Amino acid sequence: MNIFFHFGRYYILIKRAFGKPEKLSLYKDRIFEEMYSLGVGSLGIVAIISVFMGAVITIQTAFNFESPLIPPYAVGVAVRDTMILEFSPAIVSLILAGKIGSSIASEIGTMRVTEQIDALEIMGINSAGYLIFPKIIASVLFNPILIIFSMFLGILGGYIFGLMAGVVTDFEYILGITYAFRPFNVIYALIKTAVFAFIIASVPAYHGYYTKGGALEVGRSSTKGVVYASVLILAFDLILTQVLLV
Amino acid sequence: MIIGESGSGKTTLLKCMVGLNEIDAGEVLFDGRNFYDLDFNGKKEIRKEIGMLFQGGALFDSKTVEENVAFPLSMFTDLTESEKRDRANFCLQRVNLPDANKLYPAELSGGMKKRVAIARAIAVQPKYLFCDEPNSGLDPKTSIVIDNLIKEITDEYGITTMVITHDMNSVIEIGDNIMFIYKGDNWWQGSKEDILKTDNQEVCDFVYATKFMKNLKTKF
Repeated sequence: MNIFFHFGRYYILIKRAFGKPEKLSLYKDRIFEEMYSLGVGSLGIVAIISVFMGAVITIQTAFNFESPLIPPYAVGVAVRDTMILEFSPAIVSLILAGKIGSSIASEIGTMRVTEQIDALEIMGINSAGYLIFPKIIASVLFNPILIIFSMFLGILGGYIFGLMAGVVTDFEYILGITYAFRPFNVIYALIKTAVFAFIIASVPAYHGYYTKGGALEVGRSSTKGVVYASVLILAFDLILTQVLLV
Repeated sequence: MIIGESGSGKTTLLKCMVGLNEIDAGEVLFDGRNFYDLDFNGKKEIRKEIGMLFQGGALFDSKTVEENVAFPLSMFTDLTESEKRDRANFCLQRVNLPDANKLYPAELSGGMKKRVAIARAIAVQPKYLFCDEPNSGLDPKTSIVIDNLIKEITDEYGITTMVITHDMNSVIEIGDNIMFIYKGDNWWQGSKEDILKTDNQEVCDFVYATKFMKNLKTKF
């Protein structure tokens, strides 16, 4: 029963968040503010993780491809497909769920316990729309940019560290990353990313919005938001892979 | 003024009046309009006529004092940026905070936060002002400043003001009509003069709980 209660309340909140805005120009400004704080603020961590993961995947794959039947360019193929199909859209989204999700839940949760949300409601402002809608839109628009950035840096990291480690040659790696490339894989990754971005922004926002109590409960809401968002990302990863690729 | 012990239901009553809590029975009338009979847009129109001073101020942390005060103007008026700024600064001047406009709420004292919250509440010239324990957490001197400010603004703008408090000094200082809530019920109602003379046991226990008030009673 609990799950139906939360699902129903989540649905009502999101419906309210997408209600008619009081002033479109203010919402537009809020979307850009959120893009900056949630998206641009995550560029650093996405870059570091992607470069190192690309490098590790390259070295591990090269180390495990011992059979002479496997061509050396297969390392490049493996790195490219791992980064595009799974690492960038799913794993980076999980990392963003931790970083962005906790920030969203704690920000909205603190606003709830300090009566800032009540103040918005008293002014006649749709608090769900004003607080949650810009975060969802900013995430859905900006996360695909982060993911493309992650794909590029992961493949670049693999190239640089693969050459430095001497596990792959320049020619083999470039041949690998261009060999039998399917552009649909990028579209599939971006569709997944957009769905994950919606989850990353909306689920922690839901937990923050319905926080009751004080600082302790804000922390709990933040943790719950990140955990549920991560579980939903994994579940939707499986569902979308089944629907889009199989 | 609504007074009563902690947990008696004062804030719950206030939240029901402004629509933050749903009511099970009864009606809340604003100039004859029952708030709970109205649709979403009707409620929104009434809310635009309401100013509210929250216990902790409820200022937006990410905005400066000036932006906080100008916020309702940005949402509901078509004023230009400079007009909004002028109006916000006028309201800040009215609450004696002319130099705080660029500060953030975290940089303000409790009394200053309350004054900014009053400035924000009056920025859109409300018809009704609701104050939830405006003196909580303030020293006696600052409490009097806030009380007087509420009284002055009420008279100056012709606002209907409702104050929730358990501070008897405020009641004596600015109270006109007083309602005493006890265990969620409207237990007693009367004027400031009446409350000092009443023989209602629960009201007396509350009003004369402090030595100061007991001493005052002996003078009557």
